[in-house]
Amino acid sequence: MKKIHYREWGIESLRYWGLLAVLGVFLAIGGLATLYMEHEGHWVTGMNNQIVWGVPHVFAIFLIAAASGALNIAAFGSVFGKKVYRSLGRLSGLLAMALLVGGLLVLVLDLGQPGRLIVAMTTYNIKSIFSWNIYLYVGFLAIVAIYLFTMMERKANKYYPAAGLVAFVWRLVLTTGTGSIFGFLVARQGYGAAIMAPMFIIMSFAYGMAIYLLVLLFTFKLDDRPIGDGLLMRLKNLLGIFVAAVFYFVMIYHLSNLYGTENHEYEAFILRDGGIYTTLFWVGWVFLGMVLPMGILFHPGSGRSRGAIVVASILVILGGFTAMYVIVVGGQVFPMAIFPGKVIVESGFYDGVNGQVLYYAPSLPEFLLGLGGVAVALTATFVGVRVLKFLPESLADEVVDPHHG
Amino acid sequence: MSQDIDQERRQFVSVAGLAAAATVVAPGAFLLDGSAEAGSRREPAVDKVRYGMFIDTTKCADGCTECVTACEKENGIDLLRMPEGADPEEWDRQRPRWMRTVKVKDRLTGRVSNLPMMCQHCEHPPCVDVCPTGASFRRADGIVMVDRHICIGCRYCMMACPYKARSFIHENVDQQLSIAPRGKGCVESCNFCVHRRDNGENTTACQDACSHGAIVFGDLNDSNSEVSKVLREKDNTQLRADLKLNTSVRYCGI
Amino acid sequence: MLTGALVLVLGANAAEHSNRSVVKGSKAYELDSCVEPTSVMRKLHPTFIKHQRDITVHHGIRGDKHSLSGCVDCHATKDAQGRYTPVNAPGQFCESCHEYAGVEIPCFTCHATTPTGRKGE
Ligand code: SF4
Ligand code: SF4
Repeated sequence: MKKIHYREWGIESLRYWGLLAVLGVFLAIGGLATLYMEHEGHWVTGMNNQIVWGVPHVFAIFLIAAASGALNIAAFGSVFGKKVYRSLGRLSGLLAMALLVGGLLVLVLDLGQPGRLIVAMTTYNIKSIFSWNIYLYVGFLAIVAIYLFTMMERKANKYYPAAGLVAFVWRLVLTTGTGSIFGFLVARQGYGAAIMAPMFIIMSFAYGMAIYLLVLLFTFKLDDRPIGDGLLMRLKNLLGIFVAAVFYFVMIYHLSNLYGTENHEYEAFILRDGGIYTTLFWVGWVFLGMVLPMGILFHPGSGRSRGAIVVASILVILGGFTAMYVIVVGGQVFPMAIFPGKVIVESGFYDGVNGQVLYYAPSLPEFLLGLGGVAVALTATFVGVRVLKFLPESLADEVVDPHHG
Repeated sequence: MSQDIDQERRQFVSVAGLAAAATVVAPGAFLLDGSAEAGSRREPAVDKVRYGMFIDTTKCADGCTECVTACEKENGIDLLRMPEGADPEEWDRQRPRWMRTVKVKDRLTGRVSNLPMMCQHCEHPPCVDVCPTGASFRRADGIVMVDRHICIGCRYCMMACPYKARSFIHENVDQQLSIAPRGKGCVESCNFCVHRRDNGENTTACQDACSHGAIVFGDLNDSNSEVSKVLREKDNTQLRADLKLNTSVRYCGI
Repeated sequence: MLTGALVLVLGANAAEHSNRSVVKGSKAYELDSCVEPTSVMRKLHPTFIKHQRDITVHHGIRGDKHSLSGCVDCHATKDAQGRYTPVNAPGQFCESCHEYAGVEIPCFTCHATTPTGRKGE
């Protein structure tokens, strides 16, 4: 393996600023949507007293999960000593931080009292998994920053393996923490299973990888830097394996739910009678988000084409959003069993009369806020690669030598 | 300057201590109605008391909403107006409710019961466990409530509550009662008419309003209280007893 | 910092206006002093109210003199029709000072701005 040289993203100024301008439009619209929601209150959103977490949480949780997933590439390089991934580590760290910041921003801006963030940092309830998460997130940013420093600063290089290990362990804990936010909601049938946290981890692997691949291909293509086929095949195979693992976990999750009698109704809802939620589950998450991309990635023909890899990555990401939607919103619209063994026949407060599911129709401002978060993450990434040396000059196979991992 | 303030603060604390002994009355301005009554609490709520409620669903009349109406009036919920331009149906899903009536039917026997639902004031409240800031808390006397001053409006407590007892304030509020502050972006729920507790009254608004005598409120720790007596006498149950939250609201006849 | 500025400003203001920043028509107008000496109140009313707020919410102590509803009750004025004017309306006690000092009053996004009585009649 030759020595890797890194260089700032050298695309023409016009292109660069044009790209930022496009993202800037999303940022501005997202900002305006947020101001509108904060000024009016949440009544302008589709959220209500039954569905209290809506589209902003779908975006936020997706981005946070993807953030920890994006760090995996770096971890393969340092923790598992796979040399070929080393050259990919810097971008991996940067992307992880950018995605996390984007996700957190969405989460915070959707609070009823975003101005009280400082309260959340100063008075906290040690029992709450939520406040643990605040520390996990802040810690993640700090650790990844140090990790990047050990990669990029020669004098700090000797700490690189140690920093990598800490970062990798931290990211596993972080995703477990994110998954556990749902795991603690014992009364809701859609959540509460112990499998939730591991499932989130494996989902984060897949979504982080898909985003990483897209950003890598995009930045390299625009700057005419080579990526070797060998390396790309490795990465796309990894993506395929991660998606397959998610598929496996999703099946286990629903099968194990089917074994517990108390969960039959929830399973019937998601898998069979849930209308839009069932459609999203089967068509969006399972078929478009897992089966189709797996088919593309593992197909001996299409798996070799870059266009196909891009399509597969996009599908995985869209499937990921659908997955989050089914988990976050689907888990809430399904009425809680307040009176096991009984049917609620009348209610003054939307308790799922006769087992009917509750109502949520996402509103435009919520989406714009979420897209704003995505735009923040992308902007941070592109600015990062432009001003600092995150991208290798070449990832051609003779440089990185993917066959001698 | 800052030293001054500290000094003042210390003085204030000791003054407050004296006030607790109910000896210091400020010149004149101490006219807050209600609060100067003999019944106002001057000492912290203590865990000797545990407030609780017994609801006899066999007495609950079909279609009756006396308790709900009284609750909304007592706590200023009826003062809320739909924001201009809102969709009435959507607004109905978004406006707060501390209390609601539900009618349930047993799947097997077909037996129907009517009952009011509100915060069950769990002894081990999930809403308190999950709250990141500690805004959702359980007072020494068992009342579970939200400190709006530190609630950030994350709604995690609403996700965690097994009874869907909490509401989020989705809009700007311009009319409140002194005893029931309320504003956009915080979460709230039934607090057993906490202002009545602190002002030395013995009942809740819903109990007073119920003409069928279906609601009994009182101190569960006092074996002579009416609620303790009736709980001893009548068969009663907790909602979702399997969650082991040891709720302070008990139902009979479901 | 802000409180410091407020104190200075109000101090100067008070000297000129012979101590009558309270609004005519309020109960407070008839009284010699607030629940603490005026100079103390000017400086420390936020501290008092905040302290009271915590012991009221968490411990249920309501009878004390530093309660916000006490402020509202005493400083509210009535208009010609006998209806209360909110204390945070322009020219009213809370608003006039805070406006002058450029300090927001977060209290009234949630708290009643007129005496509502305990039951809100
Ligand atoms: S019923 Fe819900 S809101 Fe009330 S204490 Fe229990 S968990 Fe909290
Ligand atoms: S909404 Fe408020 S009370 Fe509920 S968990 Fe969040 S901070 Fe706590």
